[in-house]
Amino acid sequence: MAELVQAGKAAIEVRGLTKSYGVVYAVRGIDLTVERGQIFALLGPNGAGKTTTVEILEGYRSCDGGTVNVLGYDPAQQRQPLKSRIGIVLQSSGMDRYLTVSETIAMYAGFYPRPRPVDEVIELVGLEGKRDTRVLKLSGGQQRRLDVAIALAGNPDLLFLDEPTTGFDPSARHEAWEVIKNLAMLGKTVLLTTHYMDEAQYLADQVAVISNGRIVAEGPPATIGNRERARARIRYRLADTATPPADLTAQRGPDGLIELAPADLTAALHRLTGWALDQHVELAGLEVIRPTLEDVYLELTESPAAGAAASMEPATAAAGHRKGQRRS
Amino acid sequence: MNAAGLTLSQVQYANKAFWRNPASAFFIFAFPLMFLVIFTALLGHGTVRVSPTKVVDTSTYYVAAMASFGVISACYTNIAISVSFQRDTGVLKRINGTPLPSWVFLGARMLHALVVAVLLVAITAAFGRISYSASIPTGLTLLRFLVMLLVGAASFCALGFAITAAIPNADASPAIVNASILPLLFLSGVFIPLSSNAPAWILWIARIFPVWHFARGMQAGFLGTTFHWTDVLITAAWGLGGLLLSVRFFSWEPRT
Repeated sequence: MAELVQAGKAAIEVRGLTKSYGVVYAVRGIDLTVERGQIFALLGPNGAGKTTTVEILEGYRSCDGGTVNVLGYDPAQQRQPLKSRIGIVLQSSGMDRYLTVSETIAMYAGFYPRPRPVDEVIELVGLEGKRDTRVLKLSGGQQRRLDVAIALAGNPDLLFLDEPTTGFDPSARHEAWEVIKNLAMLGKTVLLTTHYMDEAQYLADQVAVISNGRIVAEGPPATIGNRERARARIRYRLADTATPPADLTAQRGPDGLIELAPADLTAALHRLTGWALDQHVELAGLEVIRPTLEDVYLELTESPAAGAAASMEPATAAAGHRKGQRRS
Repeated sequence: MNAAGLTLSQVQYANKAFWRNPASAFFIFAFPLMFLVIFTALLGHGTVRVSPTKVVDTSTYYVAAMASFGVISACYTNIAISVSFQRDTGVLKRINGTPLPSWVFLGARMLHALVVAVLLVAITAAFGRISYSASIPTGLTLLRFLVMLLVGAASFCALGFAITAAIPNADASPAIVNASILPLLFLSGVFIPLSSNAPAWILWIARIFPVWHFARGMQAGFLGTTFHWTDVLITAAWGLGGLLLSVRFFSWEPRT
């Protein structure tokens, strides 16, 4: 009974999922819940276990342990009925190069019980101008859009997108993002894997960070890893002669910038600027820095002690990574 | 759409894709005719003894032999190479993620190869008739000939699917496919007629593998030699073996 209720509620339910290849553990106990209508991003570095997890959900691979429920089906046991209701964009997969865009979509649409009209699909992915072009004449970005079109052809309830924009140039990525955003407006559930922080940030309602086969953090992109509670930092430059209040200064960094993470940002900023106005000194390059999703991600996926890193004081850890990243 | 409709529509898509790659389609059709002309030109107007009592013109012999060769290349060679290419580029994995039943996809590939094979035999026979006055099977001979043709084509398709399991990647597929079939084509008398004083080991190898049986069955249609139902059975047995191996070992995903 409890299972039935769960099956009706969430699009994907995963508990205690494990998978190993020989002696190598790819997935070491993953729990996931993806609600219907959500864009859910599985974020992690290469080799973290993203693709293995997704391919188990798609039914391509069996798992060693745990329970998996996708749209009420067990992908290992009930793959055939599940196939009619999901659309899959694999990390890389070919298509017949000599068929045209509309022929390709029509062919795949024919496999499904209730397909979406071909013209509608073409419009959704923005390939109107290419409908009679053969696949081998499409650019990489256009082929990826056709990938998404094929996945949409059967009008699925749930879409899997495995690294949909890896290898794209920036403009192709933004085009792909718009297509994916459109899917959410159709009420589709989307499970997306990516190793791009900005992609997860831009697209996802919910992000799970996966590292070494485990989920190390989960939440909306704005608050994941306690990002919203992590201290923002104030950074400024000051002439050597000026002496700000003791609690509003710090050791100058190698670049001459003073950086601090005050407990009360508003008050600290008010006092600092007030002091600067009174003293007629300039706070050159003054900025307030929020920890980005990238900071959180780097902190969380840092191996080997991913768990230990997560419990570190967020501002400190984030600041450390930022310096390492941007100034090296 | 029901399974039969799906299969037919898959055959149509396979057919479109096939003809839109003219280089590949051209060679499948040109090879048997080219070999027919070359062998006939090289060996002149000699004769071949096809049974203790029957002697035929070299050209007529090669019309039958090249028709067999055409069927084998359209079914075995073409399927093995193109399916392993589709496997390595991820087409098969994508298809495997859709509700299309596996057997419909593979069955459609097989049907398409069958259509190409029949067309090829017809073209070779017509060419042989016009250029070399080769005889064309009629009546009961034609029926038996068609049985051999269809059983052989289907069997070589099944063997084509099976060999993909031994092909590690698409780059290696032409080499592996040719290495598996070219020696047999020579040892089975398709390229060079096996005379009665051919070494015994060659004759034994020929009798074990399906190429010789298939070619002999096809010859019976064109040359009026004795038709052996055992040739059909042995070819079909190989086809069945190929089918079973495919069911067990066929991979829908790149093997690397």
